Formats: sequence, C-alpha cells, structure tokens
Amino acid sequence: MSYEAHFRVWRGDIDGGALHDFTVEVNEGEVVLDIIHRIQATQAPDLAVRWNCKAGKCGSCSAEINGWPRLMCMTRMSIFSPEEIITITPLRTFPVIRDLVTDVSFNFKKAQAVPSFTPPKELQPGEYRMQQVDVERSQEFRKCIECFLCQTVCHVIRDHEENKPSFAGPRFLMRIAELDMHPLDVADRKDLAQDEHGLGYCNITKCCTEVCPEHIKITDNALIPMKERVMTRKYDPLIWLGRKIARRS
Amino acid sequence: MTTTERHSYDVLVIGAGGAGLRAAIEARQQGLKTAIITKSLFGKAHTVMAEGGAAAAMGNVNSNDSWKVHFCDTMRGGKFLNNPRMAELHAKESPDRVWELETYGALFDRTPEGKINQRNFGGHEYPRLAHVGDRTGLELIRTLQQKIVSMQQEDLAEFGDAEARIKVFAECSIIELLKDGGAISGAFGYWRETGEYVLFDAPAVVLATGGIGKSYKITSNSWEYTGDGHALALRAGATLINMEFIQFHPTGMVWPPSVKGILVTESVRGDGGVLRNSEGKRFMFNYIPEVFKTQYATTEEEGDRWYTDPENNKRPPELLPRDEVARAINSEVKAGRGSPHGGVFLDVSTRMTPEQIIKRLPSMHHQFKELADVDITAEPMEVGPTCHYIMGGIEVDADTQQSRVTGLYAAGEVSGGMHGSNRLGGNSLSDLLVFGRRAGLHAAEYVRRLGTKRPAVSDTDVEAVRTWATAPLNATGKDTENPYDLHAELQQCMNELVGIIRKETEVSSALAQLDVLAERYTKVAVSGGRAFNPGWHLAMDLRNMLLVSRCVATAALERTESRGGHTREEHPAMDPTWRKINLVLAAAEGGKVDLDRKPVPTIRPDLLALFDKAELKKYLTTEELATAGEEASQ
Repeated sequence: MSYEAHFRVWRGDIDGGALHDFTVEVNEGEVVLDIIHRIQATQAPDLAVRWNCKAGKCGSCSAEINGWPRLMCMTRMSIFSPEEIITITPLRTFPVIRDLVTDVSFNFKKAQAVPSFTPPKELQPGEYRMQQVDVERSQEFRKCIECFLCQTVCHVIRDHEENKPSFAGPRFLMRIAELDMHPLDVADRKDLAQDEHGLGYCNITKCCTEVCPEHIKITDNALIPMKERVMTRKYDPLIWLGRKIARRS
Repeated sequence: MTTTERHSYDVLVIGAGGAGLRAAIEARQQGLKTAIITKSLFGKAHTVMAEGGAAAAMGNVNSNDSWKVHFCDTMRGGKFLNNPRMAELHAKESPDRVWELETYGALFDRTPEGKINQRNFGGHEYPRLAHVGDRTGLELIRTLQQKIVSMQQEDLAEFGDAEARIKVFAECSIIELLKDGGAISGAFGYWRETGEYVLFDAPAVVLATGGIGKSYKITSNSWEYTGDGHALALRAGATLINMEFIQFHPTGMVWPPSVKGILVTESVRGDGGVLRNSEGKRFMFNYIPEVFKTQYATTEEEGDRWYTDPENNKRPPELLPRDEVARAINSEVKAGRGSPHGGVFLDVSTRMTPEQIIKRLPSMHHQFKELADVDITAEPMEVGPTCHYIMGGIEVDADTQQSRVTGLYAAGEVSGGMHGSNRLGGNSLSDLLVFGRRAGLHAAEYVRRLGTKRPAVSDTDVEAVRTWATAPLNATGKDTENPYDLHAELQQCMNELVGIIRKETEVSSALAQLDVLAERYTKVAVSGGRAFNPGWHLAMDLRNMLLVSRCVATAALERTESRGGHTREEHPAMDPTWRKINLVLAAAEGGKVDLDRKPVPTIRPDLLALFDKAELKKYLTTEELATAGEEASQ
C-alpha cells in the first residue's frame, strides 16, 4: 500500500524562504509527521521541525497543512489522495525561526500576564471540596495542550501584528474563563478580560473551536460565557450603580 | 577563546517535566536563584503523556488505605529490590504532594463528597490514583507550569523582573556537566534555536531528564528520552543502579505501524477492560505467578464481581503488575494466539456504556478514533508491549537525592532505587512530586551551606566540550556516518536483543554491536548550519543513548535471574540471593562502563513487620528470614 507522495515544504528563516519539493514514500497508516521525519532521515537532515510525543498530547508539531492549522502527528495521510500535492508551512501568526519552527514566545508572555489561581486565604491543603459537576466546566479548558493552533488561526492577530499587545488570543482568554469558573478561585477577572486581554475583539467566528485538536468548545463554552459575564457587569444598571457607590465609599 | 553567553545560578534544574518543575519550585521557595533548562518548550515535557494518575494513600475512596499499604504494594511491585527508605518516604509524603497541587490550581476528578477521586490500578490494593480522566500528566505539568508563572508574577511585583529568581531556558540542551575537583561547578550547553553555546555557573545541579526509551524502536517515549541525565551523571563520576530493569508497558498500540508503541493507559484495565487472545479467551487467568496467587481472582466470575464488590472478591489478573501482564501478552503472541497485527485484544466496550467510556477514557477514545479508525466504545483495541519506563537510574541518597558527586542531585525517572525491579502504575507521578521536592530542598540546603566559596568552572573543560560538540558540523569526507542511520540501527539492536525477554547470546551480541556502533559514531557528520539543526542535535544525543544502552546491556547480561523488568530466558525464576544485589555501573575509559555488585539497602525491621511471614518467604533468603525472625522477637 506504499506510494510516492508529493510534498511541498516551506524552508527558510526570518530573512525569507521558499517552498521546496520532495517526493517521498508513504506507507499505510502513516501521519504527516512520519513523512516529515522520512524527509529528514533521507533527504534533508537539517529540516527544522518541532515535535515531542507524536501522540497528540504535547501540542508541539503544529503547522499549516494545505493552509489549515493542524497537528502533524494527528493528520493521517489517508485523508489525502495519492495524487494530491501536500503543502506544509509554518504557523503564520508567529515569526519564523527556521523551516517549520516558529517563535511562539508571544504565548508565554500572554500566559505570564494572566493573574494566577487565587484560592481563599484560609483554605488549607487537603481541605479543598468541590463537586464534579462544578469542576467539569474548567476541566474542559484544562484539556488544552497549548498547540497554539487557535492562536494562529484567530483573525484578530493573524496578519494583524498591531493587535498583539492588546489581545491575548483564544488560548489565554479561555485560561481567564477557566479561572473565573474555578469553584474556589476568589479573584475578579472580568474587567481584566475586557480591558487588558481584549475579549471585546473576539467576534465569535469560532475559527478557534474549529481547529482545536482537543475539540474544546472554546467559543461556546469559554469566550461567550465570559463575554456575558463582562456584559452583565458593564451594562446591568443595578450592578453599574452598585459599583459606582462602592467606589465612592 | 570565543566569548560565550554565561549565566550564574544557585540551583540548575535540567529537565522541565514533573520532577524538574517540582524541584525548581522548591529551590525558589527556599529563596534561591533557580534556572530550569529544557530541551523543549515549557510545558511539553514527557510528563504530559502520563495518563492514569498519581498514587497517594489519601483514603478518599477506601478509608482502609494508608501509607503502610501503599509501601507494601510498592515493594511487592518492585519484587523487594526497591530502596526501602525511598518507598517509605514516597508512600508517606505523596498525599501531601497531591493536596499541594490543588493549592496551585489543579482540578482533579471528585468523589461525591467533593474530595479528590481515586481509581484502581495494577498492583495497588485500594483505589489510590488521583486522576483527571485519562490525562493526569497534562494536569500535573500544566499545574506546575502555572505555579512557576505565579512565582514569576510575585517576583515581577517585588523586583520589577519576572525572572529575578526563577527562569526557564526553553529549547536549550546541556551537553556536559562541569566540575571543580569532586564538586559540581556548572553546565555547558547550546540553544537549539541558534546553535550558540551557553555556559552556566552553578554549585548545584538537579537532573530531572526522564528516561531512555528512544534507544528502543517500539516505545511510548518522546524524542527527548535519550538518557541525557543518566549519561551526564555517569560522565561526571556518579553511578547508575538497576539499569537492567526496563518496564515494557503491556498495552501499547500495535497498529497502524506508525503509531506502534503509543501508550494505551492502564486505566482501561483499571476501569474494567479485559484482555483476550485470538481464541476469545481471557488468558491472564493462566499467568498468575505463585507470589501473587492469594491476591488475585482465579475465575472470571469472581474477577467480574470485584468491580462492584471489592470487599468480598479478589481483583482480576488483568490488574497484575505490568511486568507480569507484558510477559503474558508476549507469550500468547509467541504461541500463535495473537491478534491480526501481532498483539492481543483489549476490550472495555462490554463493561461500560459508550457514554461512560467517553467520560472516563476520553483520550483513549480520541486516540484510537483518530489514529486507528477504531471505536473503543464498540470494538476491542489491539495492544502489545512497548518500552515505557526505566526503573534504573542515578544512585542517590534516599533522603536527599544526592548522587555520589557533591552538588549533583537527581529526581524522577532518571534516578534509581525507588521502584526496584518494576514500577507500579501511578507511582511515577507521585515519585516525581515527592522526590522532585526533596531534590530541590536538599540542593538548596547544600548551596546555603556552601556560602560564598563556590566551585569554579575550568576554561579548559569548557573548551574541550565546545570542540567535541562542534566536530560533527566540521566533519567532511566520504567515510562519514549519518546520525539518523546510526540511531535507527541502535533502536533495532536494543529492541531485538535487549528487549522484553533476554538471552545470554543475544545480549552478548548486542554488546558487540554497540562496540561497532560506538566506533562508527566517531565518524558522525551532519550537514547544514548551527541554527535549529535536528541532525546535529541527534548527533549529540546519540552519544548519551550509546552509553546508556551499554549500561542496560551490561547489567542485563550480569543478572542471571528473572525479576520485574528483567527476564532472562535461561534463568526464568526469581532468585532470593540476587534480591540482595544491586548492579552498580560507573564510567570507565574510552566510553566503556565498569560494573560492580553492591548490597541492596536492608529493610528496617519495623517495615519488614508490615508483611506476612509467608509472603516474605517468597522473596528473602532463609538467612534473611532467620535474622528477621530474631529481630521481630526482640
């Protein structure tokens, strides 16, 4: 069941690059990352690519396959026809380092800007009590493997470098939602989400949900509920009045 | 001399998996300036692959559980070769380490009372594994990662610099440890991104680099598992123990070929999955070894009842320790009763509803659906053994995790002793928390005791490492070797000749092949430049894999018995005299290793008293039993 596939892989660095053609063997059951590894082992030993687990659990081997953001280890070759040209390019939203490897430090900086979990001060280790139904909402978001596919696809920052300082991206807006929904987190994160991390930029196109390899419903379960929480606070006249008085005192 | 980027830290943690991150958190909490160095991005370490859970005798599901029961299970699992003090500390401290994670923000699955839920696992007498579905490792790594971020936020507020006291050097590899006399003085490495070298001055190094699985062809391990810490420690003068003991996880995927070896969590069996051969028979009932006869069900009916009534029934033999199950599967396949792709069948679809399976085993459902077109809610999986974990590692002091080299500490998979000849599932995540913390703590105490008189880095040593590392990039000519080819041949050699069942002739032939590979390795050459060049990175990692593989084969040839993760075809029985012996490896001239026999630390009388006399008889020599009897009667 082997055949020769036609791959076009982007090679280059920050100064520029081009698509390179490779004809490479494909065997039954293989995924795109297998083919990239075969190119490395037989044709281009210095082809730069990030990968770790090859099982869809670490989120390292993100790339754009025929323009679609995907994990290379979870993209089976059987979804393509043998004649098809398969084009692999690095994530577009982040600066390229070399070949398929990009500089994703933007994401680690955004992670550092989200205030961490804040439990009640008096609560001792071993005394945490939470119901399964309550932890499940945040647990869904904690399935995130930080592949940053949602970040690369989001139109707010894809090709919009100027928005990066004021927009955390779906991954980290979801992190804020995760903490906001944590049954024992006492910090208030609503204003922060809107004012510091650019929740308002999101206009619910759901591209992030569509590319998520963990099938997390980022938009429906994290971003929209977070928007609702912010809206309630900002536009509910009673809450508005209450806060105004609280500020005065 | 070329100028090199240079940093100074109190504690250098090499490896950013669970053990490394926990060690770094501790060192930083002790107020020391700490660096974490990782070959990958922050949060990608192999710990994310851990599925089942972290074993801790919290007694949330069955209140009969206690550290003592956990200790006994661990010793049994390791066939009494464990360092008993490590097994004791681990059993005593793991509940605190798990509860602590909740204060960092971890969200474990809950019991109806709202406590941390615990699941059954092979070799554990009670439900003991704190878990999050089947993605517990991801929860652990993310929690520790986020704790480090929170410490950086504190430092930003206090010093105006988030990285004032704890910094992550991501995609940075360490090539060699540096010493001043007998003590650690620093480490030398390179940035993967640019290929530029980087030098660290540090009096204390914690190795937390994980395992060695990438020396095997069929493995559940990621590319990072090249035995770096094992090799760095050896070359720095430390010793390795138990290197013959490698855990072949019984259930790896066997099809399609490209995913062969990827892990299928033991939770599948913990939650009721059964193993069948091609004749549809639950074969594990034929493989209950003598030492476990009294603890496991002998009929399918009893095994099935155990899931709902564990008080009055014994557990099914699918939940025997991993070494037993892996050998059984191997035997069934060899006897011609395997599945179409050379494994056996693992079926959970008959025990749970599709909804329950998707809820409890989401990653497995996803993995099989996406990679193998198998719907595990409706059909069985095909599984077979895969190289998963090395019990052996750096010989350390049980309490402080210090190796034989002053200033050099080790925690997690890279250290040895805790698990004896076989690790129980779930004992790895707890191990790395307990001993990661201890390594960080004692490294910090050592640095404080040291004061201002720190060992110094020698320029000559640094120059030598730099020259060695740069060589493959400059090698030219016809007579050169490709690192990818050498790696593939090494993996084939270890898989075929030092695999799950070992023969004297085969292991000897592996050692001969390793000599040839080592010779060819001197001619390794890579094309391309220094910036993010995977061929060059592999060329450097290969030296570690070759050295560690030699250790595994050398010890495997020496131990003429079968115990845990070491099975010798000509010596199928467990031998009580071998139980008292640790095989200790040290580096020798010319890339060779020396092997020495040393006694296994004795089990304290109060710990020995936790076992039944009848059970001890299966493991200890008659003299040991006599002494134990005398001490008990005093």
